[in-house]
Amino acid sequence: MRKVVRGFYAVAYSVKLCKPNVICAYPITPQTEIVENLATMYANGELGNCQYITAESEFGAASILIGASATGARTFTATCSQGLILMSEVLWNASGMRLPIVMVVANRALSAPLSIWNDHQDSMAMRDAGIIQVYVENNQEVHDMVPQAYKIAENRDVMLPFMVCMDGYKLTHAYEPVDLLDQELVDNFLPPYDPPIKLTTKDPLTFGCYAPPHCYMEFRVVMQRAMMRAKKVMENVFREWAELTGRDWGGLIATDYMDDAEVAVVAMGSIVGLVREVVEELRKEGKKVGLVKIRSFRPFPVEELRKVMKDVEKIVVFERAVSFGYEGPVAIDLKSALFGHCNAKVYSFAVGLGGRDIPRELILKCINNVIEGKIEDGFYFEGVKEFEEVII
Amino acid sequence: MRITLGAVSKPYSALKMKTGDWGTHWPKVDEELCNGCGTCETFCPDMCIEVVKVGEEKVNDKVKEIKKAKVNYDYCKGCGICAEVCPTKAIKMELKEIYKV
Repeated sequence: MRKVVRGFYAVAYSVKLCKPNVICAYPITPQTEIVENLATMYANGELGNCQYITAESEFGAASILIGASATGARTFTATCSQGLILMSEVLWNASGMRLPIVMVVANRALSAPLSIWNDHQDSMAMRDAGIIQVYVENNQEVHDMVPQAYKIAENRDVMLPFMVCMDGYKLTHAYEPVDLLDQELVDNFLPPYDPPIKLTTKDPLTFGCYAPPHCYMEFRVVMQRAMMRAKKVMENVFREWAELTGRDWGGLIATDYMDDAEVAVVAMGSIVGLVREVVEELRKEGKKVGLVKIRSFRPFPVEELRKVMKDVEKIVVFERAVSFGYEGPVAIDLKSALFGHCNAKVYSFAVGLGGRDIPRELILKCINNVIEGKIEDGFYFEGVKEFEEVII
Repeated sequence: MRITLGAVSKPYSALKMKTGDWGTHWPKVDEELCNGCGTCETFCPDMCIEVVKVGEEKVNDKVKEIKKAKVNYDYCKGCGICAEVCPTKAIKMELKEIYKV
């Protein structure tokens, strides 16, 4: 059923079809309307065997979901920015306890200075937490990703939390035509959650117990193995989804025009649509440019990137976050993945931080400057105004 | 070695995970000063101090239990709250031998 809906609804409707048992959240812009939509569905009795719990904070929301997930409930939350950072202490526990909590992050900048607008700094700060991170390009992709997220996270070979990252405002607030899934399709695709361990009042257990130095490291090893196994599981689930719905979003990465590309442009999230248009325009001019959309940031698609970047000479990265004291986190990981496998120079551009508009001309200029050899490889902020720093 | 999924353990298995080596100090009870009031037992955040019967005495022809505070050094993390709340100043925090130079 094709309808014009906002990003919030595309998420909420998809979550509903996945039949969650516990939804718990705390409102934060620009995520709020996702859980408001779910609260409405709950109030209307549309969510079946589900508890909707309003928490006193994001810390509380994530903690409640840990308890719920440990009892074998399928769980959902949504958050972003400061809310995600407040959750972070709990989320590291969720991954260590191997609980397949699915959450949507409506990517938003971090304070200070206060910003409610979009960039990727919040989820990037959770990079190392043992949580699967997938970035989506549009509202159809986020709508499609939710059932896949549950299927991947709940796979016995994985059992890790899953973070679906969608750009705040750019996607959450945007109206887009979305082919809404039907219940029967999701039911056939996604079996009910079958937890390997269940916490009950009759059989008390400790989740995430104390591990002294003689056994702590092994728990980290199994988490890493689960993350690496997730790659195969994700590929299989993505393929199954493409066959089922006819919508093929690609694997851990998706590429356009990469077969003979000399310059690869890497991007993640909603900016991909714009970058693709610019790449297509440059192709029409005869420039050998290709697009690499990173879908899965954790696990990081190392082998896939090595394969597509094998023969490229230059790599342009557009990203919406900075690791202060180094450079953009996507470029950092990309370089590390390609080291010893590809001699391409990497040009990384931080754009659109804190919701700064990213005009098409900016993307075009950056790529052209790289193609024409006008700039050295390295890290740049683009779209920055002239300014001086003063004491008030 | 067996590693459980999600670091899940059965009840009471935490007993095997001794935490007494976490702190740098531990409480020493001066039994002369301790009157067995139980304030330390109430305030200990780790349930590591307990007032126990150590003997009996006769007071005005009545048999009365003598009670003293006993520290469980297997789990005490050395926070020092017991020493802080003790009304008779019977508990002192002492630096552990291994930290002395």
